[in-house]
Amino acid sequence: MNLLGRKKIWYLAISGIIILTGIISLLIFKLRLGIDFVGGSIIEIETKQNTNFSNDKIKQALADKNIENLSIYQIGEGGWVLKMKEIDENKKNEIINAIKNKVGESEERRFETVGPTVSQNLRQKSIFAIILAMFAIIFYIALAFRRLPKFLSPWKFGISAIIALVHDLLIVLGAFSILSHFWGYEIDSMFITALLTILGFSVHDTIVVFDRIRENFHSNSPYSGLDIESVANYSLVQTMGRSLNTSLTIILVLIVMLTLGGNTIQPFIVAMLIGMITGTYSSIFIATPILVFWHRK
Amino acid sequence: MKKNIITKLCLILIILALAILIDMPSGPNLKFWFIDKKLDIVQGLDLAGGVHIEYEADFSKIETANQKQALAGAINVIEKRVNGLGVSEPTIRETSYGDKKGISVELAGIKNPKEALDTIGKTAELTFEEQVIDPSQGGGDGSAPGWNLTGLTGAHLAKADVTFSGANSQSINNKPQISLKFNAEGARRFGEITARNIGKPVAIVLDGALVSAPTVQNEISAGDAVITGEFTLKGARELALQLNSGALPVPLKVVSERSIGATLGNESIQKSLIAGIIGLLVVFVYMVFYYRLSGLIAGIALIIYTLIVLAIFKLIPITLTLSGIAGFILSIGAAVDANILIFERTKEELKQGNSLQEAIETGFDRAWLSIRDSNMASIITAIILIWLSTGLVRGFAITLLIGILVSMFSAITISKTLMLLILKEKLKK
Repeated sequence: MNLLGRKKIWYLAISGIIILTGIISLLIFKLRLGIDFVGGSIIEIETKQNTNFSNDKIKQALADKNIENLSIYQIGEGGWVLKMKEIDENKKNEIINAIKNKVGESEERRFETVGPTVSQNLRQKSIFAIILAMFAIIFYIALAFRRLPKFLSPWKFGISAIIALVHDLLIVLGAFSILSHFWGYEIDSMFITALLTILGFSVHDTIVVFDRIRENFHSNSPYSGLDIESVANYSLVQTMGRSLNTSLTIILVLIVMLTLGGNTIQPFIVAMLIGMITGTYSSIFIATPILVFWHRK
Repeated sequence: MKKNIITKLCLILIILALAILIDMPSGPNLKFWFIDKKLDIVQGLDLAGGVHIEYEADFSKIETANQKQALAGAINVIEKRVNGLGVSEPTIRETSYGDKKGISVELAGIKNPKEALDTIGKTAELTFEEQVIDPSQGGGDGSAPGWNLTGLTGAHLAKADVTFSGANSQSINNKPQISLKFNAEGARRFGEITARNIGKPVAIVLDGALVSAPTVQNEISAGDAVITGEFTLKGARELALQLNSGALPVPLKVVSERSIGATLGNESIQKSLIAGIIGLLVVFVYMVFYYRLSGLIAGIALIIYTLIVLAIFKLIPITLTLSGIAGFILSIGAAVDANILIFERTKEELKQGNSLQEAIETGFDRAWLSIRDSNMASIITAIILIWLSTGLVRGFAITLLIGILVSMFSAITISKTLMLLILKEKLKK
């Protein structure tokens, strides 16, 4: 099986198309930011005996409350989420009482409010965390692979891995702009967590392949005299089984969580799933080809 | 060689027994020497219900040199108020938003978040004020024109209690009021104030708002006072608690709040437990299906791993959140990755003609480098998440980090020992 021949770079084209689609989607649909990042308030209520609730009735009940940026949507059979600009405790109580008086009895399940101070700080921290994680991984891979034959560069190993990771993140972001538009998924703290976790997990397979490449270049290996393309190709073949299996166990667990877990972390699980699948693919078809092409110059 | 394996097996069994013992719901609490620790799964906000509030401190009237002390004082005051509410295991700590400082309060398992909010957040600055001597001169440094601060404040209180105005009579109208007991300095000051204001009102002001302004009948040297007003019993209790805990040294403004009902949390627990168990089963079945006997060994190691991780959660203890459970379940899927790397490597060594024993030893040795390096990336991201985030996210990162570390341990020790032991026995047959 030859995965790295010059005539077989169709997968780079596929990735390019997917990423381009994602970028276009990001520009058209944009990402829906949660209150973590833009501030605001969320009230979640649940009705049990009433079938009287609807978007319109709730909206009418609150018409005189001067609520800015109010949006209402349903969760499950009896759950309703009201999202609006930031309010305080008293205003929240007013709203719940108004709904109680004009629509029907309900139980308050959740109230979240994030002011501009916190949301701004979270935005900065999130960007910083992602950038820091990327540099930390580059540095660590360069460190881990520092003992290499002279013609191999540890930094190229690290940067090739990160390019694959950026590829993964872009695909997840593009997918989420579509999911935001059609399913109402939001970008919140847990989404950033998913991105960072994808960074950590996706690079597992890349490191396994790179580790094998390094080992195959050692003098006692039967492949040590070959060029980097042949060695890398063979390393990919050798490690294919474990790459697929290690990702599959995590993907299986994510599927279980998606079907059985709580609603609140479902967007997180979806992001993780997309990231793990893309990460497995990019470790094989993105990171290693880039490494090879880069060293070939 | 066999003796060494049996020794390791005994160690594994001991660890397993300890883990099971700790994991039992009715498990023991640690009690020896100075350790008296209740071992329990601590449930976070989104599982037990409760409230999480982030306050930003308003330092506009406090000098820079005193801000740190004021914030520490505010934390202390809030702790006293929270203790008065009877919440189990509150979390109160300093936090920051860029260059701004604040306080984070988390109360899990509380049923009425609104009462907690009312009690915790108010400054509760109590002052006593008297009229200026010559009103025609205007001025006065009190809360209203014509009034002077007396220097007597809530800081001079020894105690505040809720009592009823009709307690000493048979009156039908028993209204709630607050009885104040001053400390020695407070009693002295109050005596002086009442002595020079006989026949005049003395105002009792709370957070800049007048509560009452009774006329002084005579000098009061015993250090007692009563605040009357249109109190509800609940309002009186809240105020008494606030006064007993002292005034906040610095005003606090809510910048973030999460309030979760307990029913939502209960649902999440049940769903997450089911997902966790089924996730474990799915991975177990897959490993046995794909790797057969080796997979069974990995599955057994996975169960031992799960028990050890849960025991660690109890011992530390970790505050378990919904996202924390997600991190733990995710780490179950990641835990077998090390085993897969080892098994694949062992297969290669077998193909090269090595003996079973040599293949196992070499497989574990050579796979270790990949295991360490690949897990290190996840450890890096988990540490970054723990360091930079709060609440939900931190819970996820902590459980993921613990899961990864334990998985590295269990793959290298438990799986290897079981594999050598079982395959060695199998070889004899």
